[in-house]
Formats: sequence, C-alpha cells, structure tokens
Amino acid sequence: MLARFIFMLRDGGLKPSITELLTLLEAMKAGVAGTSVEDFYFLSRSCLVKDETLFDRFDKVFAAHFHGVEDAFKALVTDVPDDWLRKQAELMLSEEERAKIEALGGFEKLMEALRERLEEQQSRHQGGNKWIGTAGTSPFGAFGFNPEGVRIGQQGSRHRRATKVWDRREYRNLDDQVELGTRNIKLALRKLRKFAREGAADQLDLDDTIDKTARNAGLLDIRMVPERHNAIKVLLCLDIGGSMDDHVRVCEEMFSAARSEFKHLEYFYFHNFVYESMWKDNRRRHAEKIPTTQITHKYGPDYKLVFVGDATMSPYEIVYPGGSVEHWNEEAGSVWIKRLLKAYPKAIWLNPEPRQRWDYTPSIKLARELMDDRMYPLTISGIDEGIRKLH
Amino acid sequence: MADKKFSGTSTYIATDDLMMAVNAAVTLQRPILVKGEPGTGKTQLAAEIANALGHPLFEWHIKSTTKAQQGLYDYDAVARLRDSQLGDDRVHNIGNYIVRGKVWDAFESDVQPVLLIDEIDKADIEFPNDLLQELDRMEFFVYETKQLIKAKFRPIIIITSNNEKELPDAFLRRCFFHYIKFPDKETMEKIVDVHFPALKKELLRDALEAFYKVRDVPGLKKKPSTSELLDWIKLLLAEDIPPETLRSEDSRKAIPPLHGALLKNEQDVHLFEQLVFLDRRSRSQ
Repeated sequence: MLARFIFMLRDGGLKPSITELLTLLEAMKAGVAGTSVEDFYFLSRSCLVKDETLFDRFDKVFAAHFHGVEDAFKALVTDVPDDWLRKQAELMLSEEERAKIEALGGFEKLMEALRERLEEQQSRHQGGNKWIGTAGTSPFGAFGFNPEGVRIGQQGSRHRRATKVWDRREYRNLDDQVELGTRNIKLALRKLRKFAREGAADQLDLDDTIDKTARNAGLLDIRMVPERHNAIKVLLCLDIGGSMDDHVRVCEEMFSAARSEFKHLEYFYFHNFVYESMWKDNRRRHAEKIPTTQITHKYGPDYKLVFVGDATMSPYEIVYPGGSVEHWNEEAGSVWIKRLLKAYPKAIWLNPEPRQRWDYTPSIKLARELMDDRMYPLTISGIDEGIRKLH
Repeated sequence: MADKKFSGTSTYIATDDLMMAVNAAVTLQRPILVKGEPGTGKTQLAAEIANALGHPLFEWHIKSTTKAQQGLYDYDAVARLRDSQLGDDRVHNIGNYIVRGKVWDAFESDVQPVLLIDEIDKADIEFPNDLLQELDRMEFFVYETKQLIKAKFRPIIIITSNNEKELPDAFLRRCFFHYIKFPDKETMEKIVDVHFPALKKELLRDALEAFYKVRDVPGLKKKPSTSELLDWIKLLLAEDIPPETLRSEDSRKAIPPLHGALLKNEQDVHLFEQLVFLDRRSRSQ
C-alpha cells in the first residue's frame, strides 16, 4: 500500500524513509486522516516531508499520483496533443482573452511557443527532477494561461472548480535545489578547529582541583578554567554581484555556516577581483570602502584567508591597472592579491563554478596560478580539501 | 487521549493542515516539529494544545549553551563535594544532588503532559542527535543512581525551530513536521478577531490592507509577522487612530502611523521611507 507513491516521491527528489512510511500507515490505521483526500494530503505531508522547501515538490508528486497519471512528465514532453491543449485552453479562456491571443499571432503560434518552451526546459533540466511547469515568466502568464494553468497531464476539465491545496502550489518560492545545506558546510568547517581556552573561568578543572585539594590537606580547593573556544581566525572575502548572482544562495549558506562556527570571523566583499579597497556593507559599498592595506594591518598573519568567488571575468581585470569594471585601479588586481597572500600565508580560494569549467575560463586559470593552485570548488568535498590546506 | 481532537482554541486559530499534523502527533505519540517565520505562533501552539486538551505544560527553552543532558538531569558534584567537607549528612545519598530537568519532570507527570522544546535550532549542532533515544523510547538512565526513568505517559512533544540550523535526518525521521506558513488575509482576519473581538470592521480592513502593503515591500530584512500585527493593532486602538488615516492616499502621510511596531530595524524603516519618498516624487512629476 502506498509503495508506488513512496517510489514516486523518491523519483521526485524527496527522500521518505521506511520509518516514515510506517508512521504514515500507522496514523492511517489509527484513523487520524478520516476519509477525505485533503486530510490524507495534510497527514502524508506532515509524515513524509520534513523541510518546507520540499513542499512544492511533494505537491507536484501528490497531484500526479492522485490523478492517476503515472508518468505525466514524460507524456508531457514527448508529445503534446495539440487539439487537446486547445480544448483545455478554450475552456479556460474568456472571449476577451481569446481576442488578445489572436492579436498576438493566433492560437497556433502561441501553442508553438509553448511547445518550444516545454522542450527547452526539458533539455535544460535533463537529469534533474525539476518539473516543467514553473515557467512563470512565459508570455502565457498574461492571459492567466500558462503550462500550469493548462493543466497538462491532468485529464478532465478542472476549471472553475476550487483548486485543491496541492494544486495551488503555495510553497513554490520556497523550493530550491541546493545541494549543500548549512549543516553539511558546518560539519566540513568543523575540521578547521583549534581549541584554546579564553574568556571567563566557568568550568571546573577536575585534575587541578584534585591536585590543589590534596596539597591543601584534603580541604576542598576548587579550580576553574575558561571554556574552550575555537581559536581559529578567519578572514572571508566574498565576491558579490555580477556573475556571482547565480551563486548567491550557496555563498549565503557558506557565509551563515561560517559565521556561527567561528568566533573570529571577519568578512569583506569585493567585486570580481580584489583591489585597493573592499567593503562590509554592500548597500553602502561606494561610501564605506575599507582600504585593503588597512585590513592587512588590522588583522594579523594568524588569520586564514578564504576567498569565495567565481573568478569569472575578463583577464584584464586581473592583470592590468585600470582593469576593474567599477573604478580606476592604480595597481592591477594581481598585485593586490599577491600582497594579501604575502600577509596571509594560509589562504584558499573557493569557487562555486564546477571544476570542469575552470580550464576553459582564462581568468580562473589566472586566479588559480596566483593562488598557487589553492583553488577548490565550493562543495562539501571542496571545502574539506581546502581546509586541509589551511592547517 | 486519542479521542480528543485539537481544533484551535478561542484565542488560537489553527488551519486544517496544522490540526491534522497536531492530531496525528497526539494520536501516534510522536514529537511534532513546527517551523515557520518568527511571530507566527509556534511557541504559542504548545500552550494552546495543553490548554485545549487539558494537559499540563512543561517548557524547555533552548539556548546556545544548552546541552541535551540538562533536559534530563544535572548531577551537582560540586555541591556534594562541599557538603562532604562540611560533614553534612545529605552527602550519603547521591540522589540529593541530582537536579531534575524538564524532560524528567514531564516523564514523571501523572497525566499526559505537553512538553515544549522551544527553538531547538539555537543549541549546538549535535543537540538533536543527543536526544534521539530519549524521544524514541521515552526513557533514560540516571547513571549516578542507577535508575531508569520511564515516562508514565508519553508526553506530547512540540519542538519549534527557526531554521537557524538544519536538523539531522535521523532526528527528522522521528517527528511529524509542520510549517506554519504566513496566514492569508482571511485567516488573518479570524486571528485578529479572536484577539480584538470589538474591533471596528473598517479599521481592521484598513489595518490589514496597510499591513500587507508593508509586507510586500521588497527587500525588507524582517517582514512584520502576525505577532507584530497584533501589537500594532493594540497600539492603534490605544491611540484611537481613525481608520481614514490608514487609508490615506495623501502621500505625505503614506508611512503608516506607529510603524515602529511593524518594522523592527532601522535599515527597514530607512528603506521604507526611501520608497515612500520615491513614490511621492514620481507622483508629483
């Protein structure tokens, strides 16, 4: 029972376990869900999905399963029956809207565009589990008629009926395909720990207490020591804006994980490459620049330097004075990074671009050479590797 | 136990999916993990369930320094050592130095209790793992006194999280999960209604209108949530602000009165004022 549903969920990128399935069955046996599908939907979601970012994916699988369409995905991309689509669309569109479509080049053309869109999406997400209908920016949206609205893959006329909860897809904007969670990053960053005692003495030092008590002829003499803290110091320089926009999410995760893991964490932003200044508040980047020399003076060589950036730019931005896209830099970026590396011998560069692409981008090659090959992908294993280099 | 169903209370509006998750957790006696934006009533939920089902409530608030062991018990070795120095008789019974934690208290309760583990994500990353066995079997062992503490009644465990840390899979697998999403206008009206029954209809409508407008401002660091809305309405009532002020299209007054209750950091207030300013300028042109 429900085994097929579970496998569909797993195919859909969710990871329900057997324990969770058993819990669900137990709950159904106990009569928690009653008889309505909606109840069952709430119950199964509560049992099987433990992360709100996955709700959307769950909704999609649920919808597919409970409309008896086993492979809606495949059916959708291989062959979209024209007249069927049209029938659906006509059912859903008002006179006025149809007139608008006519004005836009007619229904045929729109269908053509739709099919192209579907195909394009398929090829772009090949291998992934991303559903097709999220093309919210399609021209169809203007008519309240998009691949979702058409309800491809769901037979029967659903229009005018209140949409079911799972069809409403309320959790759409929470979905993500992030592979590294903060937890994983933190576990990786934990390797970069070096404990030292600092701060207020608030822990009992048992060995010392016994020792002192013995010397005190058995009269208790309690000794306290400060708690152990991670004494590692990290200077994090993050590339922001431009080509980095695609990687914002990963960087945010990396940043938040690092922030809670290290007591001494200083972060600075730069754009594309490091030059004579960086900044801390991205909104006031032009007003509140911090000279790079000031950073190297303020934070000692015991700091570990971590760059996070895709290093994807024109090579001029690295090697020539005045190469920066934002301002006139008197000295080339390569000069500045050499200064930084001299100030901080322990340094790595984490790159969110996949490793395979590094060789094809001259600027990445350059940055890698400047870093003496200490560039690692921004993945768990990459962070792992890089951290070993920082020790 | 199982025949009682949670369906919200006179001061708490529960949506269908929340009720389902709570009832499933109550029936199967498994913990329920509740996530959601801050201020959507996660912590409140435990109190309301206890209230609705007539069970006693035990609250365990987690801080960044909290250890899993502290919820079970603490052995105060230093006090015992001191007593032994002073020749106190209590010293012979080690049980005198075992300090019970909230979980123990809940396990010992004579009726089925509700146990709230609040903001579990604040604690160390290994905290949830350390509690797996206790939550699963509802028992733990006190090594000092060689005692096995078993729950008399499996408590209804409500765990809240603000998503600051991700929780381990092994832990999640043992819980039911519910994400309190931000209420839509309709639910929000009901929520405000149970808190301020005498509120004038139009003031409520206009206040909600203004509130959702503020929430829709892009780029806010902290979007105002339900609890902030309730505070704000309380203030509006106290100041006796006429509904017209809220509706005002006059852009000089476009910043809602008493907005301090809704926007909680100066960057947001600043951003908001900027947007209003831009809006005003574009209108005057």
